[in-house]
Amino acid sequence: MNYVIIGNGVSSIGAIEGIRRHDKDGKIVVIGAEDTAAYGRPLISYLLAGKIGPERLALRGEDYYARNGVELKLGTTATGVDTAKKTVTTDKGETVKYDRLLIATGGIPFVPPIPGVQGEDIYSFTTLAHANTLIELSSKIKRAVVIGGGLIGLKAAESLHDRGVSVTIVELAPRILSGGFDEKAGRLAANRLKNVGIEVNCGVTAKEIQRGKDGHVKGVLLTDGRFLECDVVVVAIGVVPHSAIAKEAGIKVERGIMVDAKLMTSAKDVYAAGDVAQAMDQLTGEHRVVPIWPNAYNQGYACGRNMAGAKQPYMGGLPMNSISFYGLPTISVGVVNPPDGDKNYEVHALLDEEKETYRKLVFRDEKLVGYVLVGDIDKGGMYTAFIKFEMPLAGEAKDKLINAGPEVFLWPAELFDETWNPEPAKAAR
Amino acid sequence: MKRVYPNKDFCIGCHICELACLTAHSKSKDLILAYTVERGESGLSSCKHVHEGGPTCVALSCRHCDEPSCVAACISGALQKDPETGRTVYDREKCVGCWSCLMACPFGAIARHPLEAKIVKCDLCHDRPGGPACVAACPNKALKQEER
Amino acid sequence: MLFQPINRNYHDFSIVRDKDLCINCKVCVRQCSYEAHFWDETRQKVMHDNAKCVGCHRCEALCPTSALLIQKKRSDFKDNALWRPEFLKYIYKQADTGGVLLTGMGSPVNIPVYWDKLLLDASQVTNPSIDPLREPMELKTFLGSKPDKLEFSKTKDGSAKLKTKLAPQIELNYPIMFSAMSFGSINFNLHVAMARAATELGICYNTGEGGLHKSLYKYGKNTIVQVASGRFGVHRDYLNAGAGIEIKVGQGAKPGIGGHLPGEKINAMVSETRMVPLGSDAISPAPHHDIYSIEDLHQLIFALKEASEYRVPVSVKIAAVHNVAAIASGIVRAGADIVAIDGVRGGTGAAPGMIRDNVGIPIELALAQVDQRLRDEGIRNRASIVAAGGTRCSADVIKAIALGADACYIATSALISVGCTLCAKCYTGKCPWGIATNDARLAKRQNPDVAAQKMVNLVRAWGHEIEEMLGGMGLNSIESLRGNRDKLRAVGLTDTEMDILGVKHAGR
Repeated sequence: MNYVIIGNGVSSIGAIEGIRRHDKDGKIVVIGAEDTAAYGRPLISYLLAGKIGPERLALRGEDYYARNGVELKLGTTATGVDTAKKTVTTDKGETVKYDRLLIATGGIPFVPPIPGVQGEDIYSFTTLAHANTLIELSSKIKRAVVIGGGLIGLKAAESLHDRGVSVTIVELAPRILSGGFDEKAGRLAANRLKNVGIEVNCGVTAKEIQRGKDGHVKGVLLTDGRFLECDVVVVAIGVVPHSAIAKEAGIKVERGIMVDAKLMTSAKDVYAAGDVAQAMDQLTGEHRVVPIWPNAYNQGYACGRNMAGAKQPYMGGLPMNSISFYGLPTISVGVVNPPDGDKNYEVHALLDEEKETYRKLVFRDEKLVGYVLVGDIDKGGMYTAFIKFEMPLAGEAKDKLINAGPEVFLWPAELFDETWNPEPAKAAR
Repeated sequence: MKRVYPNKDFCIGCHICELACLTAHSKSKDLILAYTVERGESGLSSCKHVHEGGPTCVALSCRHCDEPSCVAACISGALQKDPETGRTVYDREKCVGCWSCLMACPFGAIARHPLEAKIVKCDLCHDRPGGPACVAACPNKALKQEER
Repeated sequence: MLFQPINRNYHDFSIVRDKDLCINCKVCVRQCSYEAHFWDETRQKVMHDNAKCVGCHRCEALCPTSALLIQKKRSDFKDNALWRPEFLKYIYKQADTGGVLLTGMGSPVNIPVYWDKLLLDASQVTNPSIDPLREPMELKTFLGSKPDKLEFSKTKDGSAKLKTKLAPQIELNYPIMFSAMSFGSINFNLHVAMARAATELGICYNTGEGGLHKSLYKYGKNTIVQVASGRFGVHRDYLNAGAGIEIKVGQGAKPGIGGHLPGEKINAMVSETRMVPLGSDAISPAPHHDIYSIEDLHQLIFALKEASEYRVPVSVKIAAVHNVAAIASGIVRAGADIVAIDGVRGGTGAAPGMIRDNVGIPIELALAQVDQRLRDEGIRNRASIVAAGGTRCSADVIKAIALGADACYIATSALISVGCTLCAKCYTGKCPWGIATNDARLAKRQNPDVAAQKMVNLVRAWGHEIEEMLGGMGLNSIESLRGNRDKLRAVGLTDTEMDILGVKHAGR
């Protein structure tokens, strides 16, 4: 069996581990556009901040690919897929045959059509190359503007600030972290950033990026008329699925590459995983692109298993993010911003501004479907359990969860026993 | 693989497993020093936690799942499955303290280190000759390590 | 003594905490069900209240740094051979409460222990001793009525065939059984443990008067079901569930009085098994109200035999009292297959201390007299004798057998094997060892896997010792020792005592 994986991110690692669970011998080829072995993409903010050195970026050990019988084609971009002939062509002129193909090309940064956005000094901060350039530049530049107050934007801002760069964040929405967090959590995070000296501007965005005669960025003109002088601009509005190769191959693509319950695309033996895939979401049951790390690994792993013949349905992804802002940890999982006025949802929020802690629980149909934790995150996983295993929470159990926090004794007895002390025959999980 | 299975019917809530875990993971390997000195100075903490709910209690720690959520969530590669032993292994040097694993693990088996941006997680006492310290110390045999 | 009764500081024990060893880990706090240890939030350390300590040693046993020492309180009253401290404390307590002094376990008072005054024989030169590791040794014991004589007939091929119909027997691999401790007085976990241990050992355990939980019917081959004056949990299936039925008339720790299981101990499972309402007191009357004579007892014995279709032997258990020999004779004549006699040192889950310490006679004297009486009357073969009450070791067992017992019931020893330290507070329901309690938090301290193994180990160990002692006497079967008082000699006993015991003085 020949496995080919396009993309060398975390989905690819998941896929290798999924394949090897069932198939120890099949040949695996990984085609990666970047020059390095798979690295922890979110680590680039740690690298930029100077918290870790480049030696800590690799996701797996040096012998990982050799040990798993993986042929790496790095610095190589897949240029086409022929689903009839079952081949992949690359920019190096190679044609690689596959029996099973995984497209895990990830996302590409979304660049809004702002005048001046094309050219030098603009960074998306999604690749190691960008991080390395910014590290080199950081001693020379004084000011940076980050467009986008999402996770990537904030981490970029924090890292640049750590490098001694004066940073201003510009966010179109009325608050930062409008995607995965609610207003109160966003405010706690924003306060942390403001307290260390990062400027946060909400409700405005860049109207134009102005450049000097030398072509270098001079500053950003905002929609409210203000002008922010700066040397570099980080554009972090978000990522969109990098699905071109699939589209060209005639594979069905909506927002991302459409996949079925086993994560196979419309083309036989072609699978998709990660930020490029539009896969099932556990909570809604709908197909969505949820570009988050754990989904990428899990989908890659599920693809790997299925490519190797396991025929296991993908259990569905759960949106989740864990991120710290200057030591203030935050976690958000599942549905955290239920539609306004929707009576099916019940929200319990608890804010302690003095202690900088916040907890928000979102229930739907007597089940926990989402939560946000800021500051005190230690019980995070225990809350996740109630969402992931869709545990019924009625009456007293729900009150206990709300008042005393999550506890394994709120689990249904059967699930508890199966999980922690199964009968020897039922122990495999 | 041999995992540690807790029996809530016979966990007596003495927390001796936690003390054993603490000692086994201490520098001094001495309970008194581990508890009174190392805990405060180096943030030494137990991977085992006794959960209590009314008369019921149970000592839980990492299950070393076959398909662990923590490994999927780990952005640094610090958490991996060891293909040989089946353990979910933690490389402290690689960990950046992003708490993704803590968020993803539905079994609440991962804790933050009290002093550093690192996690605390059961390693099954893999280098301890007598097997997991918690199992050896449980006075009521409510913890068993076995193949199931 | 702030805000406390004046006698509160006359407590029995002091908790000594070694400052160098105590790490304030709170294991003791969690283990003490009497709250003698507590976490002091203000001082941020574990403190203790000596007055609450019952001397159970649970904290000491579990302290992971061995930092605790439980001592007798050293404060003494002025020496007085008559007014010993315990009497002063009794009076103070009763002056406060106006109540009966309750206690648990067997009597701690200095009633002579005749086992300690009896010594065993061994073979030297004139008959060889036997090494049980090299030669067969038989501890197998059958309890039940034995025929007066055996009749045989000849079959066509000339071989002999037993004509006599044998009465039902209980077969034991060791001459030891676990004595009656009701489900309720001790918890379910220990009943499971006893049942499993008895099954593994090939002996029997006795349900006590609390009935038998359905889940334990599978251990029936190794179970004796008890019928007491309260008739708790008695029904047809129950009577047919075991290998024997025992009518409990009396108990050594409290002859002449009934039992009282307080409503707090009647949880759902106890209620279901005893067939009494949840939370209501279960009171066993002092007498069986259908037994006012030997004739009445005869009726009950045969009612039970009918109910169980004569498949199992019926035992009658009495406390050892003054006329025990005559009573035993009546019991045998009433049709009992086994007579169980419980001596004054027998244990209890709850009894008035005055009764436990002052009523009844030692098992050694009662046993010797019963055995002799039944022999004298020529009916010894019609029933087996089981001795109970304070059997501490294998030597006590073997001496009991030499005095005429067929087997011994052990209960206190079995409980000690699972941790009991004889603090004698069984009646509080707060047993920190998880034995005499149905509190879910405490009962789980007895993991049946662990407890059963300990009980098995104990009986096996005693079995080995009994074999060694038997072999030393040149005997290869426990049968050969039964009632063989020539293998015993007394030290330091009066002529009367030796006469009652039927043994010669050492040197004779």
